[in-house]
Amino acid sequence: MSKTGIRAKLHSMNLVFIVLGTVILLFIFVPPLKTMFSSSPGTIWNTLLQTEVYSSILLTVYAALVATLVGLLLGVPLAYILSRHEFRGKRLLEALIDVPIVMPHSAVGIALLFVFGSRFLMGKFLNNIGIGFVDEVTAVVFAMMFVSVPFLIDSAKEGFNAVDVRLEKVARTLGASPWRSFFRISLPLAWRSIFSGSVLMWARGFSEFGAVYIVAGHVPFFGYHPVAAPILVTELFESPGGLGAAQPVTVLLILICLVAFVVFRTVASRGVKV
Amino acid sequence: MIKIENLKVDLGDFLLRDINLDIRSGEYFIILGPTGAGKTVLLEAIAGLHPVLDGRIWIDGREISRQSAEKRGIGIVYQDQVLFPHLTVEDNIAFGLKLRKRPKGEIKAKVDIMAEIVEIPHLLKRSPATLSGGEKQKVALARALVIEPEVLLLDEPLSALDPEMRERMQEELREMHRRVKVTIIHVTHDFEEAVALGHRVAVLNEGEIVQVGSLEDFLHHPSSEFVARFALSRNIFNGKVVGAEDGCTFVDIGGVRVMAITELRSEVRLSLRPEDILISKEPFQSTARNSFQGVITDIADRGSIVYITVNVLPDSYLTNSAILRRGLDFVCLITKRSFEELKLRKGVSVWVTFKASAIHVF
Repeated sequence: MSKTGIRAKLHSMNLVFIVLGTVILLFIFVPPLKTMFSSSPGTIWNTLLQTEVYSSILLTVYAALVATLVGLLLGVPLAYILSRHEFRGKRLLEALIDVPIVMPHSAVGIALLFVFGSRFLMGKFLNNIGIGFVDEVTAVVFAMMFVSVPFLIDSAKEGFNAVDVRLEKVARTLGASPWRSFFRISLPLAWRSIFSGSVLMWARGFSEFGAVYIVAGHVPFFGYHPVAAPILVTELFESPGGLGAAQPVTVLLILICLVAFVVFRTVASRGVKV
Repeated sequence: MIKIENLKVDLGDFLLRDINLDIRSGEYFIILGPTGAGKTVLLEAIAGLHPVLDGRIWIDGREISRQSAEKRGIGIVYQDQVLFPHLTVEDNIAFGLKLRKRPKGEIKAKVDIMAEIVEIPHLLKRSPATLSGGEKQKVALARALVIEPEVLLLDEPLSALDPEMRERMQEELREMHRRVKVTIIHVTHDFEEAVALGHRVAVLNEGEIVQVGSLEDFLHHPSSEFVARFALSRNIFNGKVVGAEDGCTFVDIGGVRVMAITELRSEVRLSLRPEDILISKEPFQSTARNSFQGVITDIADRGSIVYITVNVLPDSYLTNSAILRRGLDFVCLITKRSFEELKLRKGVSVWVTFKASAIHVF
């Protein structure tokens, strides 16, 4: 079935819709593009060489990566359970998993403090095993993980849903234990969805401002004391330099996210034929 | 030998119960039933893919009811699309052997032999996505057989194939079963398939086995209306025994009195296979006890055979009941040739004749 070409039927309605669509497209494209092209590559390069900037970007890349890895370890098994089993309250659980997406991000930060703050149960426990939370990398990782892990869980679940259960059943009859059938059949067949979910999660974590801002300012990181990159942008913006000072770092952040997004699209579009 | 005793499987919204089967070693056993009868659940329970709530399963005297699927040594082949899509044909077939950590040379040799048996050596390097439906089924068969299972379960293995391919694969299954000594349990909803392949057939309906036996048993002695219908007996009537003499029983079916042979009395059901009814334009001179005049109301041309519906009016023509006045429909089966020779058409008056012994009463 082929879609009718737009030109074939240039009805007045189509015209109106095209105009409206163009407005929203320009709205999405113009600000980041204008930002990117108002700095010279030289300025951007020099900005990147500043300790404050590269340590901040490294911290953010690193923390988002750790968050994603923990998300993979804890989220993929959950996604598999949700994909393979029916149980009472499953719908509710699936809805709850997506709650972080709709929560105000500063509220996420506050909520995290109520559990992991040094006065509270988990905070005390972490302290006892030698892990600090507030103003530590741990806090950055946790804040990023909270707001971004639903993307990974949802994507992995879709991936497992697309794997025929009977493939696992056949593997079992051929001598595979449930573990083996998971690692040899289910996981390889769902990996594209899991990977693209990971990239989404990483990018979402990398971009997080509100939750991170509440739980962690400058954190110790390999001998530096950077803030997460989105916070750095805000700090620069509020500095005497204002918009001009914030711009080169903003360009760097946009570029990094674009790269992640291109990776995501490439992997997601190379669908395997099942 | 596989022995299943009082097997019960509960899937929440579906219950399989009181399953008792004795399947002989090397037998080609068919489980026949309509969609939703529980055929796949039964197969998967035998394979160990559903927890058994109650009852027991033995293979050659070894109880496997609580054993996990990977230890049972039972292969399964599904209807469609169940090759591992991320592995080549060769790796699909080798899957079970690799899990058993057999030496590379042995795996290669066994895969090659199996590919020869199902005639797909030229496909080994291909990806499953590039295969036809029939080729996929052959790979799935090879993959299941290469680990030398004691029992092979086939879940509607031919249903996804086009008619021509289905017939060929049917032939190949028969041939494969002859060459590889394996007990096969084959599940299908297709009566013709059951007829073509099975030594014995179990009919499953709504989670229960309603009859086990040979084909002859089903055609001549269906244990219930369900089985009779399934066995293509298009003529099933409710009737009442109204008398008996000389070993023959008179049964009134909607105003038409037929003669049957049965010990049953009062309310009964009758089934009559369409091919056991003779059609003629004149009254038929024979020893057959049942002969009625009626009018052709429907003709269904099925190629070389033709189903003809003949409406017979009740004896007591003046009855007031609307149901009785509609008369009784007999479905008859004749060859295309006799159909043409008799010049049958809708509205033509004919005689239907059948023996008392052709009627099955239950």
